[in-house]
Amino acid sequence: MEANEKSILSVKELCLWYGNHQALKNINIDIPKNSITALIGPSGCGKSTFLKTLDRMNDLIPDVKITGSVEYKGEDIFAPGVDVSELRRQIGMVFQKPNPFPMSIYDNIAYGPRTHGIRNRAKLDDIVEKSLRGAAIWDEVKDRLRKNALGLSGGQQQRLCIARALAVEPDVLLMDEPTSALDPISTSKIEELAMQLKEQYTIVIVTHNMQQAVRISDNTAFFLLGELVEYGKTEEMFSQPTDKRTEDYITGRFG
Amino acid sequence: MNKKLSPGRRAYTAGMKALMYASTAAIGALVLLLIGYVLYRGIPNITWKFLTMAPSILNDTIGIWPDILNSIYVVIATIIIVLPLGVCAAVYLSEYASNKRLVSIIEYAAETLSGIPSIIYGLVGMLFFCEFLKMQTTLMAGALTLVIMNLPTVMRTTQESLKTVPQSYREGAFGLGAGKWRVIRTVVLPGCVDGVITGCILSVGRILGESAALLFTAGIAHVVNGFFMGLKSSGATLTVALYIYAKERGEFGVAFAIAAILMLLTLIINLSAEAVARSFKNKRRI
Repeated sequence: MEANEKSILSVKELCLWYGNHQALKNINIDIPKNSITALIGPSGCGKSTFLKTLDRMNDLIPDVKITGSVEYKGEDIFAPGVDVSELRRQIGMVFQKPNPFPMSIYDNIAYGPRTHGIRNRAKLDDIVEKSLRGAAIWDEVKDRLRKNALGLSGGQQQRLCIARALAVEPDVLLMDEPTSALDPISTSKIEELAMQLKEQYTIVIVTHNMQQAVRISDNTAFFLLGELVEYGKTEEMFSQPTDKRTEDYITGRFG
Repeated sequence: MNKKLSPGRRAYTAGMKALMYASTAAIGALVLLLIGYVLYRGIPNITWKFLTMAPSILNDTIGIWPDILNSIYVVIATIIIVLPLGVCAAVYLSEYASNKRLVSIIEYAAETLSGIPSIIYGLVGMLFFCEFLKMQTTLMAGALTLVIMNLPTVMRTTQESLKTVPQSYREGAFGLGAGKWRVIRTVVLPGCVDGVITGCILSVGRILGESAALLFTAGIAHVVNGFFMGLKSSGATLTVALYIYAKERGEFGVAFAIAAILMLLTLIINLSAEAVARSFKNKRRI
């Protein structure tokens, strides 16, 4: 896909090693603004690793070596002097397993804003309500904001985690198989939510579920053994894949 | 498959079973006997006056109030110092240190340190704190010796507890842009409070039960003092007092009374350690 003005993340010649093992090989990809980009591929193909590279969560793992560049709004995120905290505020992450903190629902949502220096009570109240509404969970939790978040169901916890990510007003949301631990009803709620959110945010979602990719994404990237095999409009890719390997994967011949 | 066991095999099984029952019974009886005997000898000697008076040579009475106070002072002083040291060391080793070899060496050293007989700590404490640092034989020197002794315990229990804080909490917090210290302060440390408290209570038990190290460093006086004055002077804790009354004055009734009190204290401490650990576990599960 051509790089254009509308792309918010632009990845060039990205390679990543865990120690001696190369997990990503020469990835080039441009992610357009206000769209949903699905990353698909069999387990261990590097899609989660790639996702974590986009907000530098791989920094937490020792022995990771990265070459190439990732440009976010035209600036290299690996350049020296980049404020990682600010980068992660603008590029939020939702994880595979819902991971609310063991504190109240309110404090969970307020965690991010507080981290970035917002102390004003009224303002925090506002952010909490807005974020919970944004994640379509406000009506379910508005009467128990002070209750422990671990008391929520799995699907609610995941929407809470999305709300928590929204609370710091990011531009991009990275989702790492956000529905793989959820039941079908919760899954469809999250999918619906993702489609609403793309009006305001850019979403990159890793998924194992190809139907999910078809249902919600605008573009799809197919990863295999650390390589980006094919990247393009979702309808096109699922109807006329150009690469034989893509075809084999999406028709279920392996994976 | 429905074959009966051979007679020899059956006899062997029965014999092993009997042996195991007998061992269990022996251990149970031993414990009950020991506790029962100490309580039987000790409790009749415990009176209100005995608990609340200082010993007086003029009246020829014995009271253990100063020893109780000294025990409390030593516990407080030791915990105040060992807790921040141990927790900080554990946080550094688990969360910051990147040199895995160094970490494992320190952990191994700590493990070894906690296995050293306490009389060696006493000797080193005496030479280092009392002589070299010129603190003389004081409760403070005793407390500092106990700090070294309990540091590994507090550090290791905190470390174990840090490991139980799910990695996903850390990821979640980092993902929101939180810095390392904020993640530790707001997400990691609150998750390991139970471990810290358990380590703390275990240490209190060890401090109360310690005698050899304190005989060397803290002395044997039975004088009622305030906290700070107490730390600056020589004093016997309950266990040291037990030794003195039994070994040097032949007052076995007094010794048993102190033993009974210490045993009850240990019981209370162990129970509260369990209760704390349990309540935190429940809280986290909600």
